[in-house]
Amino acid sequence: MFYFILRRILQIIPVIIGVTLILFTLMYIIPEDPAKLILEKGATPEALQNLRVKMGIDKPVYVQYWRYIKQLAKGDLGTSYRYRRSVNSILADHYPNSIKLALAAIIIEVIIGIFAGIVSAVKKFSFWDILVTISTTIAVCVPVYWLGMMLQVAFGLKLGWLPMSGMGDGSLRYYILPAITLASVSTAFVARMTRSTMLEVLSNDYITTAYAKGLSNNMVIGKHALKNALIPVVTLIGVDLGSLMGGAILTETVFNWPGVGRTIYLAILQRDAPVVIGGTIILVIIFVAMNLIVDIVYALLDPRIRYEKKEIQI
Amino acid sequence: MTETENNKILEVKNLSTYFYTDDGVVKAVDDVSFDLKKGETLGIVGETGCGKSVTALSILRLIPQPLGRIVAGEIIFEGRDLLKLGQKDLQNLRGNKISMIFQDPMTSLNPVYTVGNQVMESLIVHRKLKKDEARREGLKLLEMVGIPEFKRRFNNYPHEFSGGMRQRVMIAMAIANSPSILIADEPTTALDVTVQAQILELMDELKYKTNSSIIIITHDLGVVAKYANRVMVMYAGKPVEFSSVDNIFYKPAHPYTIGLMKSVTRLDEEKRGKLKPIEGLPPSLIDLPKFCIFRARCKYACDECKGEYPPLKEIEKDHFVSCYRGKEFMEGIIERFDN
Ligand SMILES: Nc1ncnc2c1ncn2[C@@H]1O[C@H](COP(=O)(O)OP(=O)(O)OP(=O)(O)O)[C@@H](O)[C@H]1O
Ligand SMILES: [Mg+2]
Repeated sequence: MFYFILRRILQIIPVIIGVTLILFTLMYIIPEDPAKLILEKGATPEALQNLRVKMGIDKPVYVQYWRYIKQLAKGDLGTSYRYRRSVNSILADHYPNSIKLALAAIIIEVIIGIFAGIVSAVKKFSFWDILVTISTTIAVCVPVYWLGMMLQVAFGLKLGWLPMSGMGDGSLRYYILPAITLASVSTAFVARMTRSTMLEVLSNDYITTAYAKGLSNNMVIGKHALKNALIPVVTLIGVDLGSLMGGAILTETVFNWPGVGRTIYLAILQRDAPVVIGGTIILVIIFVAMNLIVDIVYALLDPRIRYEKKEIQI
Repeated sequence: MTETENNKILEVKNLSTYFYTDDGVVKAVDDVSFDLKKGETLGIVGETGCGKSVTALSILRLIPQPLGRIVAGEIIFEGRDLLKLGQKDLQNLRGNKISMIFQDPMTSLNPVYTVGNQVMESLIVHRKLKKDEARREGLKLLEMVGIPEFKRRFNNYPHEFSGGMRQRVMIAMAIANSPSILIADEPTTALDVTVQAQILELMDELKYKTNSSIIIITHDLGVVAKYANRVMVMYAGKPVEFSSVDNIFYKPAHPYTIGLMKSVTRLDEEKRGKLKPIEGLPPSLIDLPKFCIFRARCKYACDECKGEYPPLKEIEKDHFVSCYRGKEFMEGIIERFDN
């Protein structure tokens, strides 16, 4: 297990090199002079040139890139053009908010998605099943920002039950709408996946065995079927955790949520390359870390996987 | 009379189980009656798809819902009709008084729980044992069914067991609460020949130890000959002959049974080939003929056979057959083993 985790962590390195390379090239292509962004409109050419030298952006792009990588190896994400603050500290300010929102979304996704999936599998073709099928279809089809705005209008503006945007004092009320928005698509996927794996699992011989032993319906479904059905669902959720972080860009922007997604969005508008690149790197790291956690959970759920891994190590 | 009545531990009367599929109503089990005596082993044989498993599953009411439904009949056990039991009583019965072993040990155990956990579960559910008591009992059971290193194996997962060992675990689970009836649906079909014999011996031995009765479903007439006391031969969802092993083997009275016997001798001669008893295919269970279901494949069909379906008739003591010419077959008036 240890080597497995180590290998997965080392795998992040080439991914980060690739990501930075792409972003660096993109940001470089944009014909915008960072020095002009920083200095006032009327700055003299000499002042601009001085600043460029100081920032190192007078050098060819590969030199800049090499410098960035060296910095990155030390954990330094550089300095924001716009705010003249270290990217590390900007991201550190916003990351907790994003993670909190993502966690809220995951809780919704796991609880509602799995529950809806189980109900619709166990009560196949019932009213509940049809309801789940229809609402998941809608959730998948509707664009995230549209859903976000509709929720804002309905529950914020018209009914006035919940705050429309921002994080306010950070109380739970502020989380509800953005978390639902962020979780909508994934919850639908989780519900559908749970339904289909549950149906498949319920047709297995060991389910008949469990009934033949005299177990109650709840025991058969809750113990024997659920654990098997959740194995693929956990993978889905895991892959999804990463994309939740990415999906947060839209949701955070719509809801004015002070997280990294919105920070990256604003940084793109402001051509603040270090923030864009640094934020993305953090997204990648979180994505890989989430996948790793999922693989570990997966191995805990499924003894067959654990067994194979043991064998690989020897 | 009363003595033989009391001797019956299970009585199935006019059981019909249908599947309501898109193609039509599949009469998987149609008007089946039989009984099981205390301490006996009853064999159920017949070609694939003739309703053996569905008969067995019906007894424990394990028919896959919502397609399948038991539409008629009574299953009398300990003075109660199992078909009328409520959920709670049914759960108390399953795996306790009547338990079941399935064909494929590779898929019959849950892959994500340890073998010990699954054995303990049977004990905890019915005997309300505490965890450590259940563990002790579970270990005893694994030892009893002959699992080597059972202490260590207790915490293994099913995938770490061979097919034969898994079937032993299934047996351990099935006998955990000393059931009066053990139903085994082709318990050895998926296993190697040598392992087959071991499992069957084990079941037979445990039957004597626990003084229970066994219903064994099989394709293998050798198994029937060796372990069964009585045999029910099924064809297209109906019993066509029901009698003692000796009668079935030496005085078969139904052309289908005769065909099955012939296929065994043929197999012995050629030592190969699949079991293909009789020319032709069984009828579709969706629209069964009104007349004898075997007529289309029967060389001996006569005018009478065009009439109604021949009911199961007792042609001699404890020898039931559903054929108009059954007596002629039994008495050898029609040459049994001609071509
Ligand atoms: N879940 C189901 N849905 C529809 N039809 C079914 C179902 N299960 C069984 N049947 C039908 O019932 C009939 C009897 O099946 P059953 O499993 O009892 O046969 P069997 O005698 O046990 O055969 P085998 O020797 O292959 O196990 C089959 O023809 C099959 O088509
Ligand atoms: Mg079968």
